[in-house]
Amino acid sequence: MADEPRASTGSAVTEWFSTRIGGVLVPVAATALAFLIGGLVVAITGNNPITAYKAIFAGTGLNWFFPWVSGDARADAANDLQQTLILMAPLILTGLAVAFAFRCGLFNIGGQGQYWVGFIAALYVATNLEGTPRPLHVLLAIVAAIVAGGIWGGIAGALKATVGAHEVITTIMLNWIAIFGGTYLYEIGGPLQGPQESIPRSDEVFESAELWPIWGSLPALHAGIFIALFALVVYSVILNRTTLGFEVRAVGFNPEAARYSGISVSKNYFLALAISGAFAGLAGGIDLLGFKFSVDVGDFGTNFIAFTGIAVALLGRTRAVGILFAALLFAALEVGTSTRQLDPEVFEPALAVDLATMIQALVIFFVGAELLIVYIWRARTLLRPGQAAQPELKQ
Amino acid sequence: MADAPLLELRGITKRFPGVVANDHVDFELAKGEVHALLGENGAGKSTLMNILYGLYHPDEGEIRLNGKPLRIDSPRAAIDNGIGMVHQHFMLIPVMSVAENIVLGVEPHSGPFLDLDTAQARVRELSERFGLAVRPEARIDSISVGMQQRVEILKALYRGAEILILDEPTAVLTPQEAEELFAIVRSLQAEGKSIIFISHKLNEVLKIADRITTLRFGKEVATVPREGATQEGLARMMVGREVVLRVEKPPAQPGEPLLVAEDLIVVDDRGLEACRGISLEVRAGEIVGIAGVDGNGQTELIDALTGLRHPASGRIVVGGRDVTDATAREVLDNGMGHIPEDRQLRGLVLDFSLAENLALHDFRKPPDSRFGWLFPRRLVQRARRLLAEFDVRGGGPETPAASLSGGNQQKVVVAREVSRDPRVLLAAQPTRGLDVGAIEFVHRRLVTERDEGRAIVLVSFELEEILSLSDRILVLYEGRIVGEYQPDVSEEELGFAMTGGLENEAA
Repeated sequence: MADEPRASTGSAVTEWFSTRIGGVLVPVAATALAFLIGGLVVAITGNNPITAYKAIFAGTGLNWFFPWVSGDARADAANDLQQTLILMAPLILTGLAVAFAFRCGLFNIGGQGQYWVGFIAALYVATNLEGTPRPLHVLLAIVAAIVAGGIWGGIAGALKATVGAHEVITTIMLNWIAIFGGTYLYEIGGPLQGPQESIPRSDEVFESAELWPIWGSLPALHAGIFIALFALVVYSVILNRTTLGFEVRAVGFNPEAARYSGISVSKNYFLALAISGAFAGLAGGIDLLGFKFSVDVGDFGTNFIAFTGIAVALLGRTRAVGILFAALLFAALEVGTSTRQLDPEVFEPALAVDLATMIQALVIFFVGAELLIVYIWRARTLLRPGQAAQPELKQ
Repeated sequence: MADAPLLELRGITKRFPGVVANDHVDFELAKGEVHALLGENGAGKSTLMNILYGLYHPDEGEIRLNGKPLRIDSPRAAIDNGIGMVHQHFMLIPVMSVAENIVLGVEPHSGPFLDLDTAQARVRELSERFGLAVRPEARIDSISVGMQQRVEILKALYRGAEILILDEPTAVLTPQEAEELFAIVRSLQAEGKSIIFISHKLNEVLKIADRITTLRFGKEVATVPREGATQEGLARMMVGREVVLRVEKPPAQPGEPLLVAEDLIVVDDRGLEACRGISLEVRAGEIVGIAGVDGNGQTELIDALTGLRHPASGRIVVGGRDVTDATAREVLDNGMGHIPEDRQLRGLVLDFSLAENLALHDFRKPPDSRFGWLFPRRLVQRARRLLAEFDVRGGGPETPAASLSGGNQQKVVVAREVSRDPRVLLAAQPTRGLDVGAIEFVHRRLVTERDEGRAIVLVSFELEEILSLSDRILVLYEGRIVGEYQPDVSEEELGFAMTGGLENEAA
């Protein structure tokens, strides 16, 4: 007889959450809990969690923002921060790819495939059209990435809209098609393999198609970060200031009511997945043109950036600002624990990578367990007056 | 009623953040009594009963059973003390049998094995004793809503309930099923059970209750015996002012036909013909009521008229334009207003703000938007005007629709549909689940819109509503219109036609 109390209390508390704290409490609490449990695990392995976290933080380069860091430490911090920001850009975009579909009530797990298709399309444009002037060549390659990703997402959308095929299944399958398709293209003897016959690797992009470096050199932070930030604005504007976004949100919240208002649900499913795919494709494009410049067949099976994008979207609660911070967090975590950054004396590098994965997983777990956090909160606030009343009842 | 009460609630107070849901409420129940708890939505009826059932703890006050103070801190404790509750939303497992559902958690067993035979026998015995006519072997998903409710009642009886709380039991029932429920309540009473009957429907409270306690804004207004109580008096206690229960309307002055349907055949989701050749005509300035028992083709007829489902054959003309093959959006733009059957599922996007909900049909057009660019501030401005005009309370333009009461939600739907100046207004179950005050509002508004010269179609399962509002009544039975009546027809005659009496006579 575990009946959920049906009266207004439930919604009143939830409303209080969303209005007073703007929905920030749950993600922040989830992150804090994840780091806390991660720290316990570090302690169990016989290390000092505080030293470990300090070392990881130093590795993220975020200490560059502290004015008192100077000299060599500052130069190191700058290098690290460049890496964090390079990684943050595609994380924002793959996060948007999940978030946009989410707003339409769809779960896009196909970010990885859309990322690769965008990557490959940009690679094709950037390794051809020799002699195209730079800004134009960059633009063409990026447009190719966006369109290709959009088509890849759109295929899943069209299948959903016409025959009702579930997007989770189709996007997963499209991931594999993209991964194996890419492998085929660049493997030894593949149609687009690069100049070295014994290496399964593509051509290098022409310099005229490379994104502009803006800071540092190892590799340099490139202009892709501005593209990603601009995409955040575009995302927010589409959703909140266009009729398209209005329809997408209406369908996402209540497809039945949307249908009753004459909104075509299937059209919106198609558009939402196509736009999602475009964001992920763009992520592939800027990674290629920004710092990868070519692809090795081995990359196809080992890159999971779009799956991290799911975590970014969930932790960011599909809001533009939330996605910005969530992408920064996950990028920093990954860079801060990468083996290159850590002093083995402080924390074993192999453990550090596991720790990063674990914290990511815990964050997703706790964000998913939002209900649990809300429940604990509600129990705390509602039981207080109740307990006060109990002695009276006993008498 | 001279005996000491079986159950007493004294000075029950329950506060939630920002509201006092129950403010020193007293309530008592005698053995063998049917005691109605009457009040508008949000008056505190459910809170009080959830306290009695152990779901909430009161901040103040005490519960006494047989004169002894009692602490109920969980539904389990309530059940152990012979208190059972039938919720508005049933808690049954669809794929299991009636008997399995009833014994769930208290299964009779021989050794480690479930003794289903004993279970079925005991369920059958209980069912016969109280005249419930439930088959223990039937699967829950194969029986009607009315039957499912009886299963819930049996579940409580099986656990030894002496006091039964029925939370708005008729809300989900057809008029026939409601009558059957009343018979069951009387037989439970005859067997010495005591019943708390929660409702906001005046007529049924007067039909079934021995005493009636009214709540308003969490306070107890009065407890009165049924003898001498009137609908008007109860309504005044509930709402706190005079309520006009009878809809006052001048005679209709029908003009040109605005909605014409010819030989509509509509197929339902299972591929069966749900509407089997419906023809009707609704003129400007009249309300045509469509009476019928749920499931006789109403949903499919409404879907077809609003462009949500294309008829297999036939023709639909709205305002002189053929819209048989038009999309839902085209139908809406051609002057159709639609108050859908289920406001929370179909009428509103609950997570949208009121401003967004009010713009749900028109956001594509100026001034809401231009070239796909939305102007949220204009949405808010219009919402502010409409919320004031339609007296929507409980929130402003930016409030999510979910946080409004049912009556105010319905006002938002009505505001949206009426403000688009439709030629035809299709109202499906427009007052379902609303309290007296909100019903009065919706009814008045429909009459006003009629007098403005709109053609109004009213689809309702409530005979009273059909009779009091309609200028003409069509009876829908098994996908056909089987009769047309004037509003002075008797309920019996209408009920006879609704249940297929005419068809059988003709056969």
